[in-house]
Amino acid sequence: MERNPMRRQLASLRKSLFDQGYLDEQFMELEQLQDDANPNFVEEVVTLYYRDSARLILNLDHALERRPLDFSKLDGLMHQFKGSSSSIGAKKVKAESTLFREYCKYGNAEGCMRTFQQLKKEYATLRKKLETYFQLARQIGPMESANRPK
Amino acid sequence: MTVEQIVSEGKDQFPIGMRVLAVDDDPTCLLLLGTLLRRCQYHVTTTSQAKTALKMLRENKNKFDLVISDVHMPDMDGFKLLEHVGLEMDLPVIMLSANGDTKLVMKGITHGACDYLLKPVRIEELQNIWQHVVRRKKKDRCNSGSKDKPHPDSGEDAGIGNVDNNGKLNKKRKDQNEDEDDERDENGHDNEDPSAQKKPRVVWSVELHRKFVAAVNQLGIDKAVPKKILELMNVEKLTRENVASHLQKFRLYLKRISCVANQQANMAAALGTADSAYLRMGSLNGLGNFHTLAGSDQLHNAAFRSFPPSGVLGRLNTPAGLGIRGLPSPGTIQLGHVQNSGNPTNDLSKLQSFVPGNHNTNILQGMPMSLELDRLQHNKSVGHIGELPTTDSTTVFPGSGSLVDARITGFSNNPLLGVTSNSLMLEGSSQQATSHTSVSAIGFQNGNALSDFTLIAPASNQLQDSKADSQGQASLINCNAGQIIRSAPQEWNAPRKDAPYQSHALINSSIPINSAMIQLGQCLDRNNSIFHRTTDLDSVGPLNFVDPLSIKHSEGDNYIMEPSVIEKEGYLMFQPRPHGSHVPDNTGSLKDLASAMMKQEDDFGCNGYSLRTSI
Repeated sequence: MERNPMRRQLASLRKSLFDQGYLDEQFMELEQLQDDANPNFVEEVVTLYYRDSARLILNLDHALERRPLDFSKLDGLMHQFKGSSSSIGAKKVKAESTLFREYCKYGNAEGCMRTFQQLKKEYATLRKKLETYFQLARQIGPMESANRPK
Repeated sequence: MTVEQIVSEGKDQFPIGMRVLAVDDDPTCLLLLGTLLRRCQYHVTTTSQAKTALKMLRENKNKFDLVISDVHMPDMDGFKLLEHVGLEMDLPVIMLSANGDTKLVMKGITHGACDYLLKPVRIEELQNIWQHVVRRKKKDRCNSGSKDKPHPDSGEDAGIGNVDNNGKLNKKRKDQNEDEDDERDENGHDNEDPSAQKKPRVVWSVELHRKFVAAVNQLGIDKAVPKKILELMNVEKLTRENVASHLQKFRLYLKRISCVANQQANMAAALGTADSAYLRMGSLNGLGNFHTLAGSDQLHNAAFRSFPPSGVLGRLNTPAGLGIRGLPSPGTIQLGHVQNSGNPTNDLSKLQSFVPGNHNTNILQGMPMSLELDRLQHNKSVGHIGELPTTDSTTVFPGSGSLVDARITGFSNNPLLGVTSNSLMLEGSSQQATSHTSVSAIGFQNGNALSDFTLIAPASNQLQDSKADSQGQASLINCNAGQIIRSAPQEWNAPRKDAPYQSHALINSSIPINSAMIQLGQCLDRNNSIFHRTTDLDSVGPLNFVDPLSIKHSEGDNYIMEPSVIEKEGYLMFQPRPHGSHVPDNTGSLKDLASAMMKQEDDFGCNGYSLRTSI
């Protein structure tokens, strides 16, 4: 069947996301919440995340342009962003957020800016990978997606 | 229905269908949370706005069993929401946050959260949250002293061996059998809805709470027993149990405030040895407290110590009294140093030391503005507070008293509640002016020490040279106080607005101008002392207040008290801290104040009026 190789591909893609540290167990929690009543739950949450966090990223960008840097504000914004990111299991993004907050704590502007650039990279990379993943999952079909091997 | 049946039914149905209200401004987290909760088979309502949540809760107190809320929200601080819910609806609240700092968790607990979960939340954690509902119900029942349940149930439950079942059982029984409910209901809770899963709660409205506080003040916090409070309140349908459980909460609140106040007091003490009188006065405490308070969320500038007016007054009146008093010539009142001793530190210490001295003060200080306001609500209570040096009543009234009190005491024995440190300041000048008292009194009336401060602060600033200014300011202050008080009670009971206590109290300069304020202004005119007083306050700490006033304090965000000290035009100004940040190191600020005071002293000279100069 055509589906099998796709399913295999999907499974492999999924596994690599975990192995490479892009996603953590929280993502699995999301998957567990997906069921017949909620067949696209994971994708919904991730989509919502990217939509909402875009706003935070923008705010962070603006805040990082100010001089001098308002570390307290940056920390607050990043805190929110971190909370969101951790909710979907975005592991690398979350790690960068934590690092960013550390730099804020010590008032290290250079560190903040550097980390933020890195964070945006990770954020974009994850988004691409997840988009691919969901596309594939949709192709396989809702039933299949729901019964994705864990 | 046999017990076993009931129990089993209870087991089957609860916690399924438990009604949860989830609040989180982050849509991703909210979606996740809602889904998780539904997976646990709870009945879930979600909202991203704390204000909406409160509205929903207020609309129908029996609509929800449990509230889960994020800590960081833009429209209202999660802790504030927590307090509101705890006070008004007595529902269990679980805090959620991505930040698991011990301090934050502690804050959650002290604010009354029954649990603190870290994001991302896992379903396993949510599966057990129903226990909080049961626990609380059980506690409520026990509190009411109702004969009903706990014992008979425990007996029955023995078989079940589960306390929770007991609670459930009780609940179930109640739901199922109205007659049986009578027993339980006599606690005074309206048991109008037999189908309600939970016991109806008495709504502690602002008015009711005001009466409560007045009664407590009258009796003295130590002597305030539910029975007597109930008698004094004289409210129909209110039972001793209702009062008892409310009193318990109130005491916790006071304790919380006092802890903070104590810290501040210690700091103050460290800064300088203040006359014991001063300590009591704590008037400056407001200042000192501010700093320390700033540190604590709640305290925010609670520096206001409940400074018993009588006590303070006595002191103030005597020249030897409060350092502030010391001011030799009324004309030259140093800013911040009420006393001529020109010992800025003293003032500071006075302010700060206030804390330790009085329980009351502590309470006042520690109390978040909002709370204070609530307490202060009663003018009456204010009076009481002022009188009780260490009574809880003072504490009840948050800080507002301190600054104001200080002043007021000087002026007239206004039993300012909050007067904590303020009294010192005020007193110096007050001696002369009865009008002064009005000013301070006002602060108290508001009950919100904080408000007082703020009032004072702004007032002082404005006062600066012209009488008119001072008057205006006085009115400002008064207004604030009034507002604060008004807002305070609201916040305590059922804040009309979600605005944080503090901000309202302090900042709401929109307060109607009270004559007191004007008097203050007058006093100033009369002698700089008054003015100075204010300045003292301002300089020391009150300045911070000024800011609060001008600061539109974002609700939910920082406490007003948190502002960091900023020297502005010679004034020490506290700037509100940004969201999430706690008050800056108090010690530092105290030191700043001290130095500020010193500076002021120098500057101050004869020009008492201009606060600016004083700073």
